[in-house]
Amino acid sequence: MALLRIDKMTHYFGGLRAVSDYNLVLEPGHIVGLIGPNGAGKTTIFNLITGIHTPTEGNVELEGHNLIGHHPHEIAGKGLGRTFQNLLLWRHMDVLEHVKMACYSQLEYGLLGAFFGTGRCHREEKRITAKAMHLLETFNVAEYSDQLVSSLPYGAQRRVEMARAMAINPKVLLLDEPTAGMTPDELNRMISIIRQVHKDFEVAILLIEHRLKFVMELCEKIQTLVFGEVIAEGTPEEIQSNPEVIEAYLGKEDVT
Amino acid sequence: MDLFLQNIVNALQWGSFYALIALGYSMVYSILMLFNFAHGDIFMVGAYIGFGIATALLGFAAMIGLPLPGWLILILTILFSMFFTSFVGMLIERIGYRPLREAPRASAAITGLMIGIILETGNLALLGARRLSFPALIESATYQFGGIFVTNKKILIVLVSLSLMYVLHLFIQKSKWGMAMRAMSFDFQAVPLMGVSINKIAPLTFAIGSALAAAAGILYGLAYPVLDPYMGVLLGWKAFVAAILGGRGSILGAALAGFLLGFIEIFVAWIFPSTLRDIIAYSIILLILTFRPHGFFGQAHSTQLRL
Repeated sequence: MALLRIDKMTHYFGGLRAVSDYNLVLEPGHIVGLIGPNGAGKTTIFNLITGIHTPTEGNVELEGHNLIGHHPHEIAGKGLGRTFQNLLLWRHMDVLEHVKMACYSQLEYGLLGAFFGTGRCHREEKRITAKAMHLLETFNVAEYSDQLVSSLPYGAQRRVEMARAMAINPKVLLLDEPTAGMTPDELNRMISIIRQVHKDFEVAILLIEHRLKFVMELCEKIQTLVFGEVIAEGTPEEIQSNPEVIEAYLGKEDVT
Repeated sequence: MDLFLQNIVNALQWGSFYALIALGYSMVYSILMLFNFAHGDIFMVGAYIGFGIATALLGFAAMIGLPLPGWLILILTILFSMFFTSFVGMLIERIGYRPLREAPRASAAITGLMIGIILETGNLALLGARRLSFPALIESATYQFGGIFVTNKKILIVLVSLSLMYVLHLFIQKSKWGMAMRAMSFDFQAVPLMGVSINKIAPLTFAIGSALAAAAGILYGLAYPVLDPYMGVLLGWKAFVAAILGGRGSILGAALAGFLLGFIEIFVAWIFPSTLRDIIAYSIILLILTFRPHGFFGQAHSTQLRL
């Protein structure tokens, strides 16, 4: 059974069709890439899956459970983690707190427990702190744990965001341009981190990316989105040689 | 010099009222980007609930013939009123503000004003147009330090307020709800995607703000034992000014500005005729805001993200 299945998802913003008839079958353990020019609707697809917008038509299922009409926090609770293109971090909070925050619903203590400082409350806080630190180590940002997230280098901020997305124990991880603004050095590091996360946490990944090298190296399957429609789908090799993709990326060859 | 110190004590007392109420404005603003203009009236409701509980406890103690000490009744009154008033706050959030979450902010502001009027007139309808006098739970005592006189009530008011603020500080810094509130005060979008529902955090914020207002209401009733349905209007607006002065959405700012407001008012009244007190005091605050439109700790960044 497919882990994440999307059938004929269509979305309109007013009269504008942002996404039309989008289909996806994401098998457990797979990495699928979503490429396409700016404004093609890639981030909109993420927003539709995570419940920020509700699709006008179509179906989204995670492990056979319908996600349409659920609130974003419920969808996250079912096992969908994501990062953002423009880094939605809480600038005035430290790195450790970012990850602990994502463990919010795993922290099991009540209001009274918090006020009276019960043993259970302390144990829970300790357990989650340990889990968060472990994630920070996985993403190579443990050294920054007590620093404000805004003081970190850009690449490290991206990794904090990924650690935060992993903290909700996702079954599917949605990465929105994980290498945007990165240096080639950071890029290679990101590739190996994603590989490691994919292996260690056995998480399926759907990622949006601009850099073809990155997608080609990581993904088993690639979809190319243009004006809200998938124009090509296949293995990296197939996509690379698909004339429609080349046209969308490089423009039509003009023979005069 | 003695008069100066005497005024500091008075300023601390008034500052406590303003700070406790201002915290409620600021907390709600930091989460939902709206000012709950019914908050001054929640302060009034808290005072009345406190009145009811204190009267009931006194009656109960008399009935079973057990002379409960006044301080015990006071503590119970504060705790119970905070508890019950927090439900008033949650109710207001649920029926007044939640349906308007996506609506323009002006609609929410108008709703707040209307809820305030409903609370005031509802009180009038329920209890009639008479003033109630808050039972004197503890006997007044006056202590003399050098040339200044301090009543035990003033000490109590300042100490209870400061401890409540300290508990609030711990709650916001250490607990998971506090963490969620701090995260939400920065952005709306990412927090739900971490599995945290705004419909849990927003009512909690209203509950805490209302509980603090209730505590302020009882402390106020202790110092000025006359309750009337409009007691929260002026005090509420002044505390709102403190919340703005502290910086919209800033908890620390609201507390500090509450005390600053107390100081400005008391010291203006010391120097100038008391009829001019508010004119001069609020002109000073207007002047401060001219130079610091975001208040002391206000941040301009969050507005863009959420409006």
